[in-house]
Amino acid sequence: MNKIVEKEHFSEKIVKIVVEAPLIAKSRKPGNFVILRVGEKGERIPLTIAGANVEKGTIDLVVQKMGVSSTKVCDLEVGEYITDLVGPLGKPTEIHNLGTILCCGGGVGNAPLLPIVEAYKKAGNKVITILAARNKDLIILEDEMRKHSDELIVMTDDGSYGKKGLITEGMEEVIKREKIDECVTIGPAIMMKFCSLLTKKYEIPTVASLNSIMVDGTGMCGACRVTVGGKTKFTCVDGPEFDAHQIDFEEMMSRLGGYKQEEVDKYDQFQK
Amino acid sequence: MERSEEYIKNERKQDWRVALQKKTKAKDRMSIERVEMSEMAPEERIKSQRLEVNSGLTKEQAILEATRCMDCVNPTCMEGCPVSINIPKFIKHIECGETLEAASVLKETSALPAVCGRVCPQELQCEQKCFYVEKLNQPAVAIGYLERFAADFERESGHVATPEMVASNGIKVAVIGSGPSGLSFAGDMAKLGYDVTVFEALHEIGGVLKYGIPEFRLPNAVVDVEIESLRRMGVKFITNYIVGQTASLDDLKADGYKAFYVGSGAGLPRFMNIPGENANGILSSNEYLTRVNLMGADSEESDTPVLRGKNVVVVGGGNTAMDSVRTAKRLGAERAMIVYRRSEEEMPARVEEVHHAKQEGVEFLTLTNPIEYIADENGRVAQMKVQKMELGEPDSSGRRRPVPVEGSEYILDCEVVVVAVGVSPNPLIPNSVEGLDVSKWGTIEVVKDKMQSSIPEMFAGGDIVRGGATVILAMGDGRKAAKNMDIYLQEKYLSKKVEL
Repeated sequence: MNKIVEKEHFSEKIVKIVVEAPLIAKSRKPGNFVILRVGEKGERIPLTIAGANVEKGTIDLVVQKMGVSSTKVCDLEVGEYITDLVGPLGKPTEIHNLGTILCCGGGVGNAPLLPIVEAYKKAGNKVITILAARNKDLIILEDEMRKHSDELIVMTDDGSYGKKGLITEGMEEVIKREKIDECVTIGPAIMMKFCSLLTKKYEIPTVASLNSIMVDGTGMCGACRVTVGGKTKFTCVDGPEFDAHQIDFEEMMSRLGGYKQEEVDKYDQFQK
Repeated sequence: MERSEEYIKNERKQDWRVALQKKTKAKDRMSIERVEMSEMAPEERIKSQRLEVNSGLTKEQAILEATRCMDCVNPTCMEGCPVSINIPKFIKHIECGETLEAASVLKETSALPAVCGRVCPQELQCEQKCFYVEKLNQPAVAIGYLERFAADFERESGHVATPEMVASNGIKVAVIGSGPSGLSFAGDMAKLGYDVTVFEALHEIGGVLKYGIPEFRLPNAVVDVEIESLRRMGVKFITNYIVGQTASLDDLKADGYKAFYVGSGAGLPRFMNIPGENANGILSSNEYLTRVNLMGADSEESDTPVLRGKNVVVVGGGNTAMDSVRTAKRLGAERAMIVYRRSEEEMPARVEEVHHAKQEGVEFLTLTNPIEYIADENGRVAQMKVQKMELGEPDSSGRRRPVPVEGSEYILDCEVVVVAVGVSPNPLIPNSVEGLDVSKWGTIEVVKDKMQSSIPEMFAGGDIVRGGATVILAMGDGRKAAKNMDIYLQEKYLSKKVEL
């Protein structure tokens, strides 16, 4: 049982919770994730760790209301408990001093991107961060990102904040302007796919962090499998980060919808 | 803890045993027919994932069956038991009507008697070595049924005995993984006076007993009672904790743990690497069974979804394949099919499970192998292409090799496919512990008779060492490791204490 000590609404559907988990706070590294479960009938769902405070023994999680399970997490209030929380899981991000890093975050993908931006900066890189969302209200963690970035660009689909346009438009502007040594992309699968196509064109090594369906998160169930470079990999133990240019994004997006009908049915039942 | 042959022989000479031996003539014992366990009717039991198929023996049935046992001078049955249960002794207690005593005999060597009584392949172990089979060519004494009877009787009586324990020595040992191997190890070490803590990655204790084996074969409540017994013996359990990730081995050493037993089991389900295998609707048996058994996805109240289909194909021929296909039947499949590349004779599944599956209407497509999956426009599997096989010369496993029959391909409709062709060892510990010798298959290398790894204070057993085995073999490893870790720790710490 892990207690929620802080809660903040980023928007109507996006919530940040700070959870007591001293061991995970101490051992987690950028790129790691946790699996949690709310209630005795709850589902096990993976969430990336957005930050941690070792002194307080807490970790930060950012959750977007999507189906039954994420809604249950978002509905928890300060003082309430997460039934089960395990982690840190997955391989951490490989952080090196490479030169200039382009970090691209979309929607709630900004949450797992934040510790990576922080770590790249700390390792001595020049970090240019691009945050994108459909509109102003969905841009999260902007101030925190700005703090650790040499430059921050915001893109919105509708132009309600920052520059109007897709993330790739912002990326291309930067790529044309200066040499990028590595690109990191975390966000909706479709966004990562187009980021990847763009950087492939410019031959920039790119890492994408995948949010596959998982059950145990320790390599046992194989629900999270993804084709990378023609080989089947398990996101939970081989990832969650992979060479974006090698990922079969079409298959990955299809697999993300693998339980869609069942999830919709559960959600309808839950709403009743 | 280990009993010498002499000790076993002397126990047989105790008055009560001698009286029993004299009470009934051998000829009369041999004229009794082997008991049949009653079971729920197939059409009833497939209505729920949680209705146990076998219903156990009545006390009268158990006493009669126990009477068949000849109380052999040389109990060969014991040689067939990986955890060396004193089989004649517990059976003779049942014959006397002393069922609670029988249960406590089981607990001398087995941490999980109610589990073993249900899932051990007795026909290949103790029962295969029974006097009736070896000398008379008759059905063995139903040792497994009797084991289950004694364990169930004790549980239902509410008088669950705690085995004899040695005084605490205060030495802390950690167990990584709470499956059958880890639990068996924990039980033995607790009896020997160690301070045992079991670390489990999942939110429930029991490992494969909970996530893998369906409740129609092994109810979770039965597993929980056995875990409760270990708790009463002082074993501590910590869930949601991954050794090597949540905290390192060095962190645990700093916390005072002097030795480790790794029973982290199976991970990484195997797939066949054939075209279309990553389509939606194709999943590993681990995923399928975990969703249903551990997460309760068969029930409407559970938040965890599970895939259902009119036509469900399970690929494989082991117990896990049988568990998966029978689960599919219970989730409403009209056609639940086994696709297996060899013939029924080579199937590794227990005969009883194959028999139960057939009773429940499972179709067996043997000598058939999938070669490609075909998905619909939404990326969900709709059909599989299979090929007929025939058996050729025996391969390295001693079984006849399946050979494809050219031109025999045909199409099967299927909306759900469960792949149950085996697993590789869990990679988490091998990846996170420096200096640990690991084989090319990812299993931990151990000195066979001791279960000790290349790191002296780390022992290992079960699937992480064997790659894939049965519950009882994993338990046997746990016992062997406990015995040898005890020797290691005695030498290293306790004799030192004496010197001080």
